[in-house]
Amino acid sequence: MIRIENMVKTYGPVRALDGLSLNVEPGVVYGFLGPNGAGKTTSMRILSGLARPDSGRAWILDKEIGKPGSDVRSLIGVLPEEPAFYGWMTPREYLRDFVAPLYNIRGRVAARRTDELLEIVGLIDVANRRVGGFSRGMRQRMGLAQALVHRPPVLLLDEPVSALDPAGRKEVLDLIETLRGQTTILLSTHLLADVERVCDVVGIIDKGCLIVQARRDDLLSSYVTPLFEIESEDGFGHWLEWVEKQAFVTNVTVANHTARVLVKDVHKAQKPLLESLARETLSVRRFELVHPSLEDVFLRLTKKEV
Amino acid sequence: MFRTLLAKEFREQWRTWKMIVFLAVFLITGIISPVLAKYTPEILKSIPNLPAGLADFIPAPTVADSVAQYLKNTAQFGILLIVLLTMGVMAQEKERGTAAMLLTKPVSRSAVVLTKWLTGMTIVLAGLLVDGLACLAYTVVLFEPLPFGAFWTMNMLLLVYLCVYLTMALLASTLARSQAIAAAGGFGGLVVLLVLGSIPRVSDYMPGQLVTWGSSLVLKGDSTAWPALGVAAGIIVLALAIACLCFEREEI
Repeated sequence: MIRIENMVKTYGPVRALDGLSLNVEPGVVYGFLGPNGAGKTTSMRILSGLARPDSGRAWILDKEIGKPGSDVRSLIGVLPEEPAFYGWMTPREYLRDFVAPLYNIRGRVAARRTDELLEIVGLIDVANRRVGGFSRGMRQRMGLAQALVHRPPVLLLDEPVSALDPAGRKEVLDLIETLRGQTTILLSTHLLADVERVCDVVGIIDKGCLIVQARRDDLLSSYVTPLFEIESEDGFGHWLEWVEKQAFVTNVTVANHTARVLVKDVHKAQKPLLESLARETLSVRRFELVHPSLEDVFLRLTKKEV
Repeated sequence: MFRTLLAKEFREQWRTWKMIVFLAVFLITGIISPVLAKYTPEILKSIPNLPAGLADFIPAPTVADSVAQYLKNTAQFGILLIVLLTMGVMAQEKERGTAAMLLTKPVSRSAVVLTKWLTGMTIVLAGLLVDGLACLAYTVVLFEPLPFGAFWTMNMLLLVYLCVYLTMALLASTLARSQAIAAAGGFGGLVVLLVLGSIPRVSDYMPGQLVTWGSSLVLKGDSTAWPALGVAAGIIVLALAIACLCFEREEI
């Protein structure tokens, strides 16, 4: 569905893409993960026709990008990281009178689709308000709406929820989930939580190269380190000595009334940890199984590569 | 696609008041030109302590003064407004990110440039129409009727002249990544054309001659400036082609 082969792109001395190759199967939500500057946005820009690679090739639905007579733009919906709009337009005007006609959707069909999308992204109440006064979150929702106007088979979403509040983030991720199966989605993000929530397949990119590509569950089980965070009001006392001796524990660190306990197996560790805390009658404020940040997974991966 | 882009451009010019400001300035220019031509000598004569006899040397105003004022004011204000209003049309879209949003959709990049040019041209044409009608009316009241056909032919030459600056400003805006650079480029082009227009011999081929030709048409002179018309058309076509080509190749 989406294929990139050996793509290189340089900006002066910076090698933004350094032989990137990836393959996205039809109907999947592909999480394109990587830290800032890894090459995610450059890849998205090339796929959406805004930039050209120095070398390498890319295809969307078997149409080669950048090849004369092979315009993929009617097949894709693109949401850039910072969607921008004409401040003097209203969302309804932008979608109905500008975006929809560019895809040959006009008249009543355009009006119906516009209202449907504004309802979905939660902007129907401000449909006739000028975009100029919109918050970043509202612009991001509108960006998603404009990417969906023509029901594209492929969606390229660059950090689609990074500007949203938790409620907005949930709504957008729910929306992305509803598109699973019908639309192939390439979603770039630096948030592991988003990937865990909606992505079927994950590709991790760093320094313009794909480090790993795997199904989400496989990746999480391979690289995630089980970690418990325990916060106690009055320290941990003897409990620390006890926990360090346990066979299921690999490492313990304490900072600011919080103990971070790395374990080998979550299921084997959870019960004895809770029981020991109750036994010591510590004033536990928080006991949490922490998911590692992308940085944790990422550092482990790059370490492996080295 | 072309129709949608064009509709958006006109709507933008209207909603952001640019079109209204442009038409208002042209209307005022059309009104004040004959008025200034008529009353400037009288204002001069009424200056207190004017040396004795000097008032006799101030010539009585004629219709030629009205036409001269009209050409001078329209050209000056027109060029200034055109450069100011055009320098941002492409650069602003790139700077704000709206160009990136637009170009991920199935639109031709040349069509984006051409619709902006066509919108600008239509507004200049409308401005000249308002300007010309106001000038005609006030000249009839204050002086005498102007030859209708020759007056509008003169305005067509003025349109070509202003179009040169419009296209140059659009080219600068297309080549620039920011409005500030576009402004510098637009005004730079303006200065180059004005300097070239002041060099003897070279000036015969510069678009500025179209204004002289227009004046001659109305005042029954016999000067023409066909080479200047050719050069103006050449500049317009070339600048537009370069703008389209560069935008086609540019990474956004």
